[in-house]
Amino acid sequence: MAEDQQVIDSPADTKIIASGYTFGTVTDQIASVVLSKKTPYAVFGAFAVAMGLLLLFLLAVGVLFIEGVGTWGIRSPVMWGWAITNFVWWVGIGHAGTLISAILLLLNQQWRNSINRFAEAMTIFAVACAGMFPILHLGRPWLMYWLFPYPNTMGIEPNFRSPLVWDVFAVSTYATVSVLFWFVGLIPDLATLRDRAEHPALKVTYGILAMGWRGSARHWSIYETASLLLAGLATPLVLSVHTVVSFDFTIAIVPGWHSTFFPPYFVAGAIYSGFAMVLALAIPLREIYGLKGLITDRHLDNAAKVMMATGLIVGYSYIMEAFSAWYSGNVYEQAASLNRMTGPYRFQYWVLIACNVVAPNALWFKKVRSSPIILFIWSLIVLVGMWLERFVIIVSSLAQDHLPSSWRTFSATRWDWATYLGTIGLFLVLFMLFIRLLPMISIFEVRTLLPQAKIKEETRG
Amino acid sequence: MTSPIYGVMAEFDNPSALVKAARAAREKGYRKLDAYSPFPIEELSDALHLHKNKLPLLVLIGGIIGGTVGYMLQYFVTVVYYPINIGGRPLHSWPSYIIITFELTILFASLTAVFGLLGLCGLPMPYHPTFNVPRFAQASRNRFFLCIESTDPLFDHGQTVAFLESLEPKEVSEVAH
Repeated sequence: MAEDQQVIDSPADTKIIASGYTFGTVTDQIASVVLSKKTPYAVFGAFAVAMGLLLLFLLAVGVLFIEGVGTWGIRSPVMWGWAITNFVWWVGIGHAGTLISAILLLLNQQWRNSINRFAEAMTIFAVACAGMFPILHLGRPWLMYWLFPYPNTMGIEPNFRSPLVWDVFAVSTYATVSVLFWFVGLIPDLATLRDRAEHPALKVTYGILAMGWRGSARHWSIYETASLLLAGLATPLVLSVHTVVSFDFTIAIVPGWHSTFFPPYFVAGAIYSGFAMVLALAIPLREIYGLKGLITDRHLDNAAKVMMATGLIVGYSYIMEAFSAWYSGNVYEQAASLNRMTGPYRFQYWVLIACNVVAPNALWFKKVRSSPIILFIWSLIVLVGMWLERFVIIVSSLAQDHLPSSWRTFSATRWDWATYLGTIGLFLVLFMLFIRLLPMISIFEVRTLLPQAKIKEETRG
Repeated sequence: MTSPIYGVMAEFDNPSALVKAARAAREKGYRKLDAYSPFPIEELSDALHLHKNKLPLLVLIGGIIGGTVGYMLQYFVTVVYYPINIGGRPLHSWPSYIIITFELTILFASLTAVFGLLGLCGLPMPYHPTFNVPRFAQASRNRFFLCIESTDPLFDHGQTVAFLESLEPKEVSEVAH
């Protein structure tokens, strides 16, 4: 019984949702991307590039399986190299998705409703990319299940006092909870797709995934409880994940790593880079699919503000890092800090300062925040800056630690590049498949934002 | 005695009308009724008196089990099953256990929340009589439905239909089993 498709293409408005939408039009507009709209040519082009990068990733992993991790530039003492840099970068990017879906839900920030779905998908795919690196870095990735405690004939168990084992639990819990939260959010929209789809195979597929959801008030009331509970659980979880990631560093005694402010510093950096990725995805998406009425300039403005605020926290952390190294009176800490600024990685260090400390200040200006093109470029700058930050923390500290006789500078090989670019391909391929197959904006949550959704009370007995 | 139909259903085109109808039906004395909407409506839960559910308690229990399992797992492995001396630390080094205990608390609680949600809603449920109403496909788009089920003691085909008609719906239809 589908009514005619009603689509609004480019309204100009600064509200959360442009005016003129009805329950029907938001449904059709979002569902049409999946069900009826022709995929734009730009998407095919982007998909081809992403697929190429994904093939590069498979090649790099194939080479790694045959030759071993020596194909990467990791040499003693810099045994973490790009692998852990990329891991931390990707996990951090994921954090913005959970922040938007969980923390902003608890804070009742309604603007999140039209960006939470794809931000959460971004989280899942970013965590998937992140997970590749520590696993490939194991050397014998096929034995990765040894990381988990299980009864085995070798009679050995993981060391629970090691932050690396904490990381296994934190990241795998994070991945699981993110997928669950995402799927629960999808159920009502899958029911919409089931009811709107015309092809029988699609009807059955979405029908199975929707599990018979019918929008019953009894179900909605439990559903709302479940969403709140999951948001309440995901909030401490997301803060804990990057905290645990930072423990990989702080629990060690390497100069430049062993400090107590890493957890908040890492969490702020994670959200900073994550919002940059949200902007980098949202700006082309709304352009290509004509969703400017749903992902409005308000969203970009708010996301830019969050990015700036967390960027300033990150900038403050850099200052505190240098200050606490000086104030500690510890010669190794002081040398490590000085090495970052003047040593072999000074170029990366000063670029990251430019990207993460200087650049975000442009976002004070409304003009900058209201120009999607500038915001897009800025988000790429931030992503580069945050990658360099992780690189500098990991590599400069390891390359020059306590014992000068073992110092060695790190240089990345082409397989480092191939693996890193490859995960970007993996991320983009997964993301574009998601956009094609599932509603990228939460339809039912956008419906609640419409003025019509407000209940007009007349007589209350 | 089984009734030939599942119930009768009225269709509304806005949420306020549905909330009003649900209140009226409750006041009239109907208890076996359910409303269907394309998004959650808090006032509707009020109108149908749906505020308590067991999910928070289940999640609490799940979380407690998760935390206990996490801590006991680590205690068992490091103290009983595979004790190794690392830097002279005590075998029962509880501060290092906190993170995994926390993560498993969250993991178990979240799994309970999701499976509890499905369990309490009775999902997956591939068939439900309401799907027999052709216009019900719009319940996931922009239409709002109120269904009075035939198991309600006050249910009487003629009277219930007349009552629903009095609420000025767009349409009243029978829901076949």
